[in-house]
Amino acid sequence: MTTPVLELRNVNKSFGPIDVLHDISLKVNAGEVLCLLGDNGAGKSTLIKTLAGVHKPTSGEIWMDGERVDFGKPKDAADRGIATVHQFGGTFPLMSIGRSFFVGVEPVKKIGPFKIFDRKTANETAVKAVQEFGITRIDDGDRLIGGLSGGERQSLAIARAVHFGARVLILDEPTAALGVKQASHVLRIVLEAKKRGIAVIFITHQVTHAMAVGDHFAVLIRGALAANFMRDEKSREEITDLMAGGEALADLGSEIETYMESHEGHPPPPPAE
Amino acid sequence: MATATQSKSAASASGSSKPLLTLGRIARRPEAGSFLGMAAVFTFFVIFAGKIFVSPAGFASWLNVAAEIGIVALPIGILMIAGELDLSIGAIIPAASLTTAVVSGHYGAPEAVGIFAGLAVGLLVGLVNGLLVIRTQVPSLIVTIGTMFAVMGLTLGFAVLLTGSTSAFIVPGAVSKAVLGQFIGGMFQITIFWWITAALIMAYLLHVSPVGNWIFALGGDRVSARNAGIPTERLTISLFMISGFCAAFVGVSQAMVYQSAQVAGGQAFIFNSIMCVVIGGVLLTGGFGSVIGIIFGTITFSMVNQGIYFTGFDPNLGSVIIGALLLIAVLTNDSFRQLALSYSTKKKS
Repeated sequence: MTTPVLELRNVNKSFGPIDVLHDISLKVNAGEVLCLLGDNGAGKSTLIKTLAGVHKPTSGEIWMDGERVDFGKPKDAADRGIATVHQFGGTFPLMSIGRSFFVGVEPVKKIGPFKIFDRKTANETAVKAVQEFGITRIDDGDRLIGGLSGGERQSLAIARAVHFGARVLILDEPTAALGVKQASHVLRIVLEAKKRGIAVIFITHQVTHAMAVGDHFAVLIRGALAANFMRDEKSREEITDLMAGGEALADLGSEIETYMESHEGHPPPPPAE
Repeated sequence: MATATQSKSAASASGSSKPLLTLGRIARRPEAGSFLGMAAVFTFFVIFAGKIFVSPAGFASWLNVAAEIGIVALPIGILMIAGELDLSIGAIIPAASLTTAVVSGHYGAPEAVGIFAGLAVGLLVGLVNGLLVIRTQVPSLIVTIGTMFAVMGLTLGFAVLLTGSTSAFIVPGAVSKAVLGQFIGGMFQITIFWWITAALIMAYLLHVSPVGNWIFALGGDRVSARNAGIPTERLTISLFMISGFCAAFVGVSQAMVYQSAQVAGGQAFIFNSIMCVVIGGVLLTGGFGSVIGIIFGTITFSMVNQGIYFTGFDPNLGSVIIGALLLIAVLTNDSFRQLALSYSTKKKS
């Protein structure tokens, strides 16, 4: 039995009287992709913020490598090798690739008493890091982040996290805003990261994307784990239905069609909440 | 080369690390637009003002103006790149000027003490600005308007209280006069030299040192910058202090040049410095700009400001040109920035 890189044990999180996370227990091993699925408002963001040290769990424990850890601030989690990549990846659209890659950890040369930002090294390292992930289109470290496509930005952000020694990679909806082709780029990079022995936590609500890369799936509904299963244990339809909170989403299409036929082409009114 | 695969050509491109100074690459720099503006304005005045504009006296007239604004515009531009504004400089300049004049002129303290006190005023106001901005999270535009009025009021109050008037006089000694108030060749203010020094320091800070990267990151996205481990609060405070210091420096040297200090004066620097910076290609919302651009912007502004007197036009026309120039500058800078961003899409095709 391998020790999971990151493990949550009965984690609860509440903001005042509101319970956001309820008794979450999860494990992720090195070289494994854990897909965290859930509809909007299911508590995915709170969960990743807890993992990244932004929030402290109200109760419950976080373990890393068989050792209990306590993240007081995001830096603590980052120091342990937990890296979060957000939906829009590159956050500095007007900075060059090389410069933004090394924000906060700039490579410097010293000439006399002067520290000099080593642009050449920065650009070369950044370009090399991202090309190793198969994005050969990025070849000039002077290009601005804002000029990259969404997929390239995500890829760059992932390559950056891996370069700086991430052991747990939290990807927050990396494919949500992307087209089909771009999304497949990102998924390939997720697999590459996995191959390098990184534990990946992949947050999404697109079941197809999750199915493509996931080893292990967890479905979050209203702050609680509704399901926790391995690859091939459930079909895509079952997962989609789970995410929708048990409502059979698959039947929705035919339902609407029937309704429209009998109502002169008008779609059905939304159900009362 | 046509048969080379994409990855091969990519590898060769990354291998040649020396960037080619192509026209396209220059056009993508933040200062591209401001350089064109400067060239256009210079040509305009060479045509309409004639020989006098390119004579040493002509150069001196706008260089002296440029130097004073430039010393203030540089830190204002860097603050703007970091996503902040500082309007309090308009009050710091007379405050520092008057402090020096009162301490050394009115009370007769050694000049070094007076100069030191004047510069300390700038650093202090900068520190207060920085602290207020990071503690209150109120936009720096508002914070510095607040401190501007406070400093203006305090300057007036103390000036009247201590000297009984709203101005003070100082007769600078030989050393201070030589260092801060000298006219080289009878026409070029020594301030020009200080402007060049400031520009070199700022260029090093922004473009060469790793701190420059922090400044761009801070202006791009404050939260991400902090998450990346950048000491954003210390950096913000430092930048406000630099801007306060530079404004105070201009104030002190004004006292030395004009041998007197008034409570009013300095207000013009607020808008003028912001205009120089924006004409120079700095993005008003932060994250984009360059020191050389700010210098180009300052020169452009000063040439229009002074050059109009050498032409046969009504001097009031100068303001109209500056206004139009500002708009044109922002528009062209926007398109140059788009060019910089779209550089990848072109490469793909």
